[in-house]
Amino acid sequence: MDIFLQQILNGLVLGSVYALVALGYTMVYGILGLINFAHGEVVMVGALVSLSVVELLLGTNLGLPALLLGVVALVVAIGVCMALGFSIERIAYRPLRRAPRLAPLITAIGVSILLQTLAMLIWGRRYHTVPALIPPTPHAVAGATITNVQILIIVVSALIMAGLMGLVHFTRLGRAMRATAENPVVAGLMGVNINRIISATFVIGSALAAVAGVLVSSNYGVAHYYMGFVLGLKAFTAAVLGGIGNLPGAMVGGLLLGLIESLGAGYIGDLTGGFLGSHYQDVFAFLVLIMVLVFRPTGLLGERLSERA
Amino acid sequence: MKEGDLSVHLKTAVVGAAAALALVLSGCGKKDEAIKIGHAGPLTGPVAHLGKDNENGVRLALDEANAANIMLGGKKATFAMQSEDDQADPKQGPIVAQKLVDAKVAGVIGHLNSGTTIPASKIYHDAGIAQISPSATNVTYTHQGFKTAFRVMANDAQQGKVLGDYAVHKLGAKNIAIIDDRSAYGQGLADEFEKAAKAAGGQIVTREFTGTDKTDFNAILTSIKGKNPDLIFYGGMDSQSGPMMKQIKNLGIGAKFLTGDGGQTAEFLKLAGDAAEGAYASSPGVPLDKMPGGKAFAEKYKAKFNIEIQLYAPYAYDAANVLLEAMKKADSTDPAKYLPILAGISYQGVTGNVAFDENGDIKGGSISLYQAKGGKWEYLDTVGG
Repeated sequence: MDIFLQQILNGLVLGSVYALVALGYTMVYGILGLINFAHGEVVMVGALVSLSVVELLLGTNLGLPALLLGVVALVVAIGVCMALGFSIERIAYRPLRRAPRLAPLITAIGVSILLQTLAMLIWGRRYHTVPALIPPTPHAVAGATITNVQILIIVVSALIMAGLMGLVHFTRLGRAMRATAENPVVAGLMGVNINRIISATFVIGSALAAVAGVLVSSNYGVAHYYMGFVLGLKAFTAAVLGGIGNLPGAMVGGLLLGLIESLGAGYIGDLTGGFLGSHYQDVFAFLVLIMVLVFRPTGLLGERLSERA
Repeated sequence: MKEGDLSVHLKTAVVGAAAALALVLSGCGKKDEAIKIGHAGPLTGPVAHLGKDNENGVRLALDEANAANIMLGGKKATFAMQSEDDQADPKQGPIVAQKLVDAKVAGVIGHLNSGTTIPASKIYHDAGIAQISPSATNVTYTHQGFKTAFRVMANDAQQGKVLGDYAVHKLGAKNIAIIDDRSAYGQGLADEFEKAAKAAGGQIVTREFTGTDKTDFNAILTSIKGKNPDLIFYGGMDSQSGPMMKQIKNLGIGAKFLTGDGGQTAEFLKLAGDAAEGAYASSPGVPLDKMPGGKAFAEKYKAKFNIEIQLYAPYAYDAANVLLEAMKKADSTDPAKYLPILAGISYQGVTGNVAFDENGDIKGGSISLYQAKGGKWEYLDTVGG
């Protein structure tokens, strides 16, 4: 039983991160109908920038408390990623807004490769060790263990998702975002500054990506220029699973994918008597995705179009 | 402009161009053409730090050869490295191999991973060019009947056998969990380990799998925790085993941890942090400070590149040197002439004596064992050889 609980916890931690990153994909898709493949790289930039800030501050020997150090690093990472998200949209997507749909898809992939290569030049190829600012003491919860960082991941993700829902549903900006998602032309006629709304969407999504990057790298204690790729792919899958363009869908999709992966890897071997091993983890996750899409092509929550943001 | 003018201009231009071409050509002829030595390894991607390390080893060997004024066929030989990025991707292996063959390299040092080395070896074999891998340890590489394939490191069969034996007899493991990363190296090592551990009387409670791009192992580790092993063996590289070690400790798993040469690195210790304490790892050959020329090599490397050796650089250096030695002895860079000499060579390198058996495997490859203590790899023992 404790093993099962542990797998659920593993899945929740993994899923919270997927959900956080998936929100960025889904917000942009909801408004522009564009898949921002560079989003995973923004997560990576967030992780590496925060790492550099922490290393810089540790190097100055000011004796700052670990918590303050973490907060400063997080704030800088969020700032850099917001600027990055804003620039990506201005440079790679805005000039192509009226181009055929394939064009921005290609620039998205181009930006992704560009950012990866730039990061490789700036931070090098090696795996960076992320200093543990929060002591990684495992806590025992009914026979399972969870570390401080993992608790933080679940709590922060939940808070951010709640905050984002509030933003989209109860603020002027949120209303403008929903209006733009519904019909950009009409929203424009009604006095919504569409360009500003789209920029805001990218900036908010990138801030979430920065948070995700910092959380992921401190959880595993590793950051490297390649980390955004697989994470981005998984988060994109989560967004599609939940219904791309739909905010609660991204959250449900993220958590579900995390749980499927974790339980899949943990139990496939035992359930099939060793015939299929844990290397079928991803196969299993994508099989679920295909099944969902066959029966619900819009994803799990994909039909409630009015909720798009 | 009159017609006559044009033709005059045209004539001058043609004569001028011809003269320029002749100059360039004669220039080429007079200058000693550099002899190209190929290097292939991952220069981008998750194990790029190890690829660059190997490249540095080869560069050091070639620079020294150039400074030593080696004469080949009565001319001073200059060596130039052509380094290609195989991204540690088995699909890229043959592509960059073909690129090196097309560039007419005289010999190749590489590749780094078994997964790229094996498919690439066919290309070098067909082109008749010698290939010496500094670090590919999968058994298959030298067992395809290719007379062009060599390696300067003990293979997985040798290493896995030693590790399986060691786990059961020296570490007292009875119930063993095995994880591998599904790469040719990781899987090959884990297979050999499993065989040897079973033969020594150990019981394999589970075999789990992960991938070379993963950082989250909580699910498989939790599943392993439920089976209560007293030793976990990992076949794979440090970029996975480092974070894995952390997660093992966080999940409160008390089992001993043992891994192969892919984890016996400074990077593993950094990535695992405090959690590395007590981990066991092996490495083919002997430790740098126990190599005959280890200390001097480390100093040279540090002086030239201003970074620490990651892992296989001494082997890449020896591989390059043994290739150059064969060329020197044959007085030729023609593979047909130097290959028979390479096969029978005995060369004293920094890692020890380099001589090949009939397959191209290094003779008397020994395996050393280490344990992580206080943020360092402490040398335990050398087995085999």
